[in-house]
Amino acid sequence: MNQKRWAYEDFEVGAEVTFGPRRVVADEMIAFAELYDPQPMHLDEDAGKNSMLGGLSASGFFTASTFMRMMCDAYLLDSTSQGSPGVDYVNFRKPVLAGDVLNGKTIVLGKRPSNTRKGLGFVSVRHELYNQRGELVCDMANTGMFLMREEQAA
Amino acid sequence: MNIHENPLIDRKLAIGETIVLGSHRFEAEEIKEFASKYDPQRFHVSEDEAKASVFGRLCASGWHTAAKWMHFNVASYPATLERSKAFGEPIVFGPAAGLRDLKWLKPVYVGDVITFTRTAESHRALSSRPGWRLLTNRCEAFDEDKTPVMQFRALVLMKVG
Repeated sequence: MNQKRWAYEDFEVGAEVTFGPRRVVADEMIAFAELYDPQPMHLDEDAGKNSMLGGLSASGFFTASTFMRMMCDAYLLDSTSQGSPGVDYVNFRKPVLAGDVLNGKTIVLGKRPSNTRKGLGFVSVRHELYNQRGELVCDMANTGMFLMREEQAA
Repeated sequence: MNIHENPLIDRKLAIGETIVLGSHRFEAEEIKEFASKYDPQRFHVSEDEAKASVFGRLCASGWHTAAKWMHFNVASYPATLERSKAFGEPIVFGPAAGLRDLKWLKPVYVGDVITFTRTAESHRALSSRPGWRLLTNRCEAFDEDKTPVMQFRALVLMKVG
């Protein structure tokens, strides 16, 4: 296995990893909505304008999935990630609209080695996603599982 | 508001009733397609690399499973709306405010047939938006052995009238 940049040991409590920018493209948003969330405000500009969201707006699941991709590109793909058992919370705080440019960060809240699996550890993190005006549009927290360096080398 | 304080709204929102939204067989192609766009971790995009991972086999991104739940949820909206008319003005679906306690309990592997359900749990008035309520739905996905593979709560705005 190639040596990955991010193993369990590399996540320091209090540290931040930043990611982005990523532009939200209307066609991609609509393609996602057609497959997973075909509500009018996610498919059509006029329907979006007439909705509470105020424009052609992303499905929350699109925002979460895009968020995930940004984290993958920033560090997860170059990590010893073994997946995640879940997400404590996701808040959709502001609409994500076509053309928005998103930036984000992951903040390391805590970490501990697994009691049951040698060489594996849990890293608790909070993630924040901002639009081009610096407004927090989405935040979430979860615990990821990462292999330790010696395990990876084994 | 306590869920028992307004029986009409409880019934209109089908509080406590579990609705089976539908079932879906996850195929390798769609698992890889979703993952290549949104979660290209090796165990979601490559059979060979998945074998070497903790999962042992190619499995769906958790976000793919969650998005697929939403697909079936939205497909149920016309029936949900129609049903609400028995209790006065039809409900209006609004945006989601968030998700809580999202758990991926078991990997969803290629060929797994997953059944999605929704149970409206509780609701409260939104002081900031007259007429709108925040509804909490329990959202679940089960495999063919009826073992839960995913669960979460969805907070969604709903105009109840």
